[in-house]
Amino acid sequence: MPPVLELRDITKRFPGVLANDHINLTLNEGEILALLGENGAGKTTLMNVLYGLYTPDEGEIIIRGEKVEIHNPNDAIEHGIGMVHQHFMLVPVFTVTENVMLGVESVKNGIFLDRKTAAERIREISQRFGLRVDPHAVVENLPVGVQQRVEIIKVLYREADILIFDEPTAVLTPQEVEELFKVFRSLVEQGKSLIFITHKLNEVLAIADRIMVLRNGRVAGITTPEEATRESLASMMVGRDVILEVEKPPARLGELVLEVRDLVVQDDRHLVAVKGVSFEVRAGEILGIAGVQGNGQTELVEALTGLRPVVSGSITILGQDVTNAEPRQVIELGSAHVPEDRQKDGLVLTFSVADNLVLNTYYQMPFARGINLDHQAIERAATERVQQFDVRTPSIFIPVANLSGGNQQKVIVAREFSRPIRLLIASQPTRGLDVGSIEYIHSQIIQKRNDGCAVVLVSPELDEIMSLSDRIAVMFEGRFLAVLPAEEATRERLGLLMAGIQEPMPV
Amino acid sequence: MDNEAITSDQEPQPTAAARRPILQRIFIRKGIWASLVVPVLSVFTAFIIGGVIIAASNTAVLAAWGNIFTAPLEALRITFKTVYDAYLALFQGAFGQPAELSAALRTWRETGQTQALWAALRPLGESLVISTPYIYAGLSVAFGMRGGLFNIGAEGQLFVGGLASAYVGYAVKGLPWIVHMPLAILAGLAAGALWGAIPGLLKAKTGAHEVINTIMMNYVAFRLTDYLLTGPMARPDRLPITPQVLPSAYIPTIFPPPVRFHWGFFLALGAAALMYWFLWKTTRGMEIRMTGQNQDAARYAGVRIAVITVLTMAVAGALAGMSGTNQILAVDHQLVRAFSTGYGFDSIALALLGNSHPLGVVLSSLLFGFLRGGAARMQSVAGTPVEIIRIIQGMVIIFVAAPAIIRSLYRLKTPREEDTLLSRGLTS
Repeated sequence: MPPVLELRDITKRFPGVLANDHINLTLNEGEILALLGENGAGKTTLMNVLYGLYTPDEGEIIIRGEKVEIHNPNDAIEHGIGMVHQHFMLVPVFTVTENVMLGVESVKNGIFLDRKTAAERIREISQRFGLRVDPHAVVENLPVGVQQRVEIIKVLYREADILIFDEPTAVLTPQEVEELFKVFRSLVEQGKSLIFITHKLNEVLAIADRIMVLRNGRVAGITTPEEATRESLASMMVGRDVILEVEKPPARLGELVLEVRDLVVQDDRHLVAVKGVSFEVRAGEILGIAGVQGNGQTELVEALTGLRPVVSGSITILGQDVTNAEPRQVIELGSAHVPEDRQKDGLVLTFSVADNLVLNTYYQMPFARGINLDHQAIERAATERVQQFDVRTPSIFIPVANLSGGNQQKVIVAREFSRPIRLLIASQPTRGLDVGSIEYIHSQIIQKRNDGCAVVLVSPELDEIMSLSDRIAVMFEGRFLAVLPAEEATRERLGLLMAGIQEPMPV
Repeated sequence: MDNEAITSDQEPQPTAAARRPILQRIFIRKGIWASLVVPVLSVFTAFIIGGVIIAASNTAVLAAWGNIFTAPLEALRITFKTVYDAYLALFQGAFGQPAELSAALRTWRETGQTQALWAALRPLGESLVISTPYIYAGLSVAFGMRGGLFNIGAEGQLFVGGLASAYVGYAVKGLPWIVHMPLAILAGLAAGALWGAIPGLLKAKTGAHEVINTIMMNYVAFRLTDYLLTGPMARPDRLPITPQVLPSAYIPTIFPPPVRFHWGFFLALGAAALMYWFLWKTTRGMEIRMTGQNQDAARYAGVRIAVITVLTMAVAGALAGMSGTNQILAVDHQLVRAFSTGYGFDSIALALLGNSHPLGVVLSSLLFGFLRGGAARMQSVAGTPVEIIRIIQGMVIIFVAAPAIIRSLYRLKTPREEDTLLSRGLTS
């Protein structure tokens, strides 16, 4: 029997980039193929070619032994290919049923939507594949994990039997990931074939039947979980040996840098998002704040950095009260902020690399003399920092938008870390970055800690929290459920806390 | 430029374009080439279409095409001649006639008579006189746009600027020119700044959208003008015209009459240079551009958005106010109800055409000035209605605002990021 899907010599060029260079891929029936690679390795491009969003410059697509042409997503769906996107494509105010039927609406009497039949089918699909979901629930009220199930149902509703999952675990708790993997298995048992795009090594080893690693638009290798290790996969992805474990000397605690008391903060909809959080961070330690996204971490960080008003409680940095202070006052106290969304908050994408490197110091000596900017000084500093922090850019004058995500993050890190800082607040500092960049940024954070900086690290990635932190707080629905010394924090314990399950008091 | 940046380790991402609001994406393009090619081709294309319309609306041409089968060459000849004549007249109306100018120069050199020379220079001077208020008003909208604010209120700011400078111009007496004129200008700037700052303040304090409020401020300015002209600022004979501005408040002309070309033009160039310096060379300017490009990042960087919003609108208002001031002090010397022929509204188009860059605004203002300056002669000599000019202006704007038309027409490459953006948007 021919494989379900075969890609032969797929080549896709963008101006100046060879995104896919003669890639061959085979997907067998009932198989989970993991597509592993760093950002920019060409995974997404390849899948967009398969899904009809890009037309390949060369190569052919063969489905069940037949050569096909896929020009748009409709063609792809026609051929039984479905894609579960990383960013959900759901209408928040619609119900599950309405979202699923959107685009393939069943109709009665010619013009009226037939929600009932659709809901019926959704129920049937959800039972068959173990995708528990209420067809009549409104999507915006559903947790992320359930929204993802809706996305999967959408694809199954369109009768896809080749399912592409684009970084599906990025937004899930460890428990939700387990759930998803169960769904994966039941899908495969019922004859579906899956392509699972990711850059998380543990997951690949846990679920995949075969692993294909892409690097720089080429196939770097094909292997199986039995043969591969985390280290071998990482070096295949990056093209060199990678140190996955961060080495850090024991913490040398210094003075009290950040003190937060009973902090209450509202979110954009004026709902209380941070519900009375208190903690301290001392010089020379990293406090990791774990938690599923959307549990108040964003609001907490914004309050700490002066970006969001504090309703009640207090924030003190180095003995100075900065409750409801202007961001600039917080910055000038020696606080650095690596924001959660680098493109929204951390950079002005249309500004040059050089300008972004002085985004919050442009008005100080030596970058300004009176009201005049000293462009020479700015450029000198930029050249220096680009070198020191290994930012890969052809020039300091090009817009930072033209840099890859990893290099954009390095620009932020270079800017924030090259100031004399006492407090570092890093929110998801490695989100969406490749292994190489993660390794680099982690080492920089540890370096700052060793130099006596107090660090608050917010991240939904347990691996990151566990490998960097000295103490770990778990945030759930606006509260700290626990603050544990790193030695006492196990994955299981943190995972349960992240899901809001308080363990019984230790005896 | 982009190509190099995308080194081997990345896929194109929807970045800058995706993050910027749509209006800014239209008004501020990236890269020198991108910002030149489209406007130039837009103007070129607009002229071609204008030519077609000139031909199609000419009775002689239509008659000749009626005989296309008997005299096909004649039809083509008449068509081209009509269009050529019209554009020639437009050109001569805008720049003057080379023959006349060289003759006048000869007379001047031989006899010392300057009258003919000034007459020959008059068309060019007139075009520049028309360009001048365009430059100020265009800079106003461009300045706002750089700060992320859409100033639709240039026309109203222009009116209050005109009113204030006219008042100081006729009511304050006995000052020497060196004091009176700057004072009148200052009054115009201040009034415009105030008119701009109000919507700015409303935005900063309440989040009220500046588009709505600048439009509303326009109406307030128009009705204020009506009121003042029928009452407090009317001429002694109660006509709805202000008294004559005293010569001590004039922005002086450079040549003797009939050339009305005046120093205000160079002041306008100075304002453009000043704006460039302010936006790109000072810390405040950096804050304004930062806020305009990405307000979240500006806040993150410690910029006080409210202050910047008010400042940006005030400066934009002052520039537009100067547009009205310029007309009063340099050209009209009195204020009548209809003293602006929509400079404030055209300025939005100028900012668009000029990529919200001071130099671009100056160039597009010159273009509009020349078009308008030449239009009268085109009508009187070639019989082509002046409205053609409006059509050409409109075409230019449409093409600049919808660059995809020009790109497909001339087979230009589409910027890649827009491409990705679209395809992602379609995914479902």
